[in-house]
Amino acid sequence: MTLTAPAPGATRRRRGDQHPWLTLLAWIVAIGVLMPLAFLALAATQAGWSSVAQVFFRRLTMTLLVDTVVMTVLVTMVAAFLGVAAAWILERTDVPFRRTLLVLLIIPAAIPDFIETFGWINLAPWLHGLFGSVFVLSLAVYPFVMLPVAASLRRIDHRHEEVAASLGTGRVGVILRVTIPAVRTAIAGGCLLVALQLLAEYGSFEMLGYRTFTTEIFTEFQVGFNTQIAAALCIVLVVMSALLVWGETVVGRGGRRAVASEVVAAPKLRLGPWRIVALGALVVLVVAAFGIPVLSIASLLISPGPAVLPSASLLGAVGYSLFYGVCAASLATIGAAAIALGSQRARSRLRRAPGTLALVPLAVPGVVVALALSYVAERYGGGRWYETSPLLIVGYAVMFLPLALIGIRSSLDQVPASLTEVAASLGSSRSAQLRRVILPLIAPGLGAAFALVFLSTITELTATLVMIPTGVATLATDFWTFQTNLSYGQAAPYAAAMIVLAAPPLVLLARLGQHRGEHHR
Amino acid sequence: MNALELSGVSKSFGDHVVLEQVDLVVSEGTIMALLGASGSGKTTLLRIMAGFEVVDAGTVTIGGVVVDDGTTAQAPERRRVGYVPQDGSLFPHLSVEKNVLFGLPRARRRRGAADGLLEQVGLAGLGGRRPDELSGGQRQRVALARALALDPRLILLDEPFGALDESMRAEVRDEVIGVLRALDATAILVTHDQDEALSVADRVAVLQHRSVVQEGPPEMLYEHPADPELAKFLGEANVLEGNRTGVRASTALGEVLLDDDCAGCSGPVRVVLRPEQLGIVEAGEGTPGTVVRHQYFGHDAMTHVATSGDLLLAVRHEPRRRLQPGDAVGITVLSPARAFEKDPKTPSE
Repeated sequence: MTLTAPAPGATRRRRGDQHPWLTLLAWIVAIGVLMPLAFLALAATQAGWSSVAQVFFRRLTMTLLVDTVVMTVLVTMVAAFLGVAAAWILERTDVPFRRTLLVLLIIPAAIPDFIETFGWINLAPWLHGLFGSVFVLSLAVYPFVMLPVAASLRRIDHRHEEVAASLGTGRVGVILRVTIPAVRTAIAGGCLLVALQLLAEYGSFEMLGYRTFTTEIFTEFQVGFNTQIAAALCIVLVVMSALLVWGETVVGRGGRRAVASEVVAAPKLRLGPWRIVALGALVVLVVAAFGIPVLSIASLLISPGPAVLPSASLLGAVGYSLFYGVCAASLATIGAAAIALGSQRARSRLRRAPGTLALVPLAVPGVVVALALSYVAERYGGGRWYETSPLLIVGYAVMFLPLALIGIRSSLDQVPASLTEVAASLGSSRSAQLRRVILPLIAPGLGAAFALVFLSTITELTATLVMIPTGVATLATDFWTFQTNLSYGQAAPYAAAMIVLAAPPLVLLARLGQHRGEHHR
Repeated sequence: MNALELSGVSKSFGDHVVLEQVDLVVSEGTIMALLGASGSGKTTLLRIMAGFEVVDAGTVTIGGVVVDDGTTAQAPERRRVGYVPQDGSLFPHLSVEKNVLFGLPRARRRRGAADGLLEQVGLAGLGGRRPDELSGGQRQRVALARALALDPRLILLDEPFGALDESMRAEVRDEVIGVLRALDATAILVTHDQDEALSVADRVAVLQHRSVVQEGPPEMLYEHPADPELAKFLGEANVLEGNRTGVRASTALGEVLLDDDCAGCSGPVRVVLRPEQLGIVEAGEGTPGTVVRHQYFGHDAMTHVATSGDLLLAVRHEPRRRLQPGDAVGITVLSPARAFEKDPKTPSE
């Protein structure tokens, strides 16, 4: 018997493509993310080339450019040295108290840079200018190099180093010619994160009295909102960030990862008497990056002074911080999930593009996103959205969506295509595959994305100051108000509350990071 | 009835032609091995049957229903085709039992509903385990049980034993094949391992040069391959140039008896002799030669012997005979050889 009637439910489709509506959703989110930036470019060009050129080429712009670049390069170099050295000691030597040190060394990543700066300045008011900036910021940002390098050192196959040694290469030669090139991608990625963060930082440099593009844009905004000048400065800032991203892809490209079926962990180098020296160095780093700022804030809290705990205001600020954090984290996680799922394993450029486009805000400083959104809201929203909570939440979501996207995508990449294929062969429709296979498997990734965006939102200062609705205060804005008035004692409880609120998501992230990959062996 | 029919199936990825005009028929209750070298397109063919890929041209018919005709294709979830990937691909977030019951409607996904199937594949009592608590062979058997739970019309196994240790492979293979036979299931087993294809399947289809070049029972393929190239692919083979007169051919090994009875055939031929069709005798007897290499395998041994005329012959023989490179020996032909008419257009290698 041979029937030639078409089978029921016969439709034409290509392998791996997701629901068309998911792709559509991905595009909507990506466009939503990029639109404010497009408007900003529009605003700059509306002023006409000559006035934009005037801003570009005035002496202040040149000075700002040089100062920003010098500071960024110096801090990134110091942070890279600290990060790589700490990672190497932790991963490759028999330094004692490894696990405790690792946790303590990571913590500064979760404390906002302006809080660290606040802690230091309270103790050492003489920290100022370029030296102060390089000193404080390097201590604040080195974990962003240390983390990826440590992870990379754990992943690389030690056998390569053994082979190099057996070929007659000395210990230093092995590090320089095998180990460092193998973790080069991680170093470049870490440095990129650090540099982008520095370009976007406002609070720390304001406190340290160091002018950068971002502080200048903010001043322009506060003193008298000149859209054209701000937009032109924003463009320079975005171009610098874009150059950094491009540079990272060039440097990172050389680092081909050797694919090892099983990674042989390197034996720990016996330091002998040097163990104490290595331990001492790491302890000094922990004390400087974490101990001193936190103790300084703690001392403000307990010292009797004019500071009477403003409990009602503090509670209100905690409430708003939590509210904004949860809303922004939900929005960014859902948006990022839509993009990740919609562009997953897509063959066509049309389906892949949203995934790339939505990463752009990674290179756009928060102040630029905030100004762009405010500009759009003021100009086209009829004043109804300007300085409102929904706009602020959208702003956070746009800024931090890339963070969520990167995490969700990497957990999605760990779901082998064969699992959804098996589910299909067992009769699952595409939505059932999503519900029963993909979502349960990427749940930890979604949780991590949520925690990361929440953490970033409650510790965000710059964009919050630009977009916060009148009469509303978060922990960050209240802190800033008191700090600006030099009421350090009154600012301290807000700083402490931010550190406390940041702790649970940080613990969650660390937990999820540990469990990651355990499933897919 | 035929469980599966492929007719004129072609598939390209971009400019790369993977399959061209593939025809294949699998009747119900047959275990067929789809044998091909890596990159021969055998996995693509399997994925076309499962519905993960669609054909560019040709038709795929499963159980009498056309599921893909080059314009419309039935979605994989509607085909009722069981699929067992190379690594088993168990759902890592589900227990063994929930894996097995995955494809059943919700009402039938009760606790204990998988017990029968798990017992069938020899995993009784392991329903509560997590996939990462199983060995490779156990995972493979769970994957099979999961596919069988839906009573599929066809079961596709993509190199199911490839990821297993050599020591475990034979055992898992025997069990899996045993289960399939007990259920009288129709199964297609993709493999690149000739021994595996020949030893477990009812029929073997060889995929070469983008299409199925020969299909039949294992012994037919091994003893009567369609051409010398196929003979070499299915196992080691010595190919000699010869000249045929009736049922004999004159070769470098002298007059050789041929295995077909085409008394009237004549002309230049290529003669194929398996290593086990040759024997090693004392120097002075048979065709003289010199030992080049001797490999000991325990159950037998393989010796490569160079004869005059630059001919290198592989001979499989009893392991007791220990030979050294350089030893002078003689070679005899033990059984009738297979002859292929020489295509005058293709120059000899």
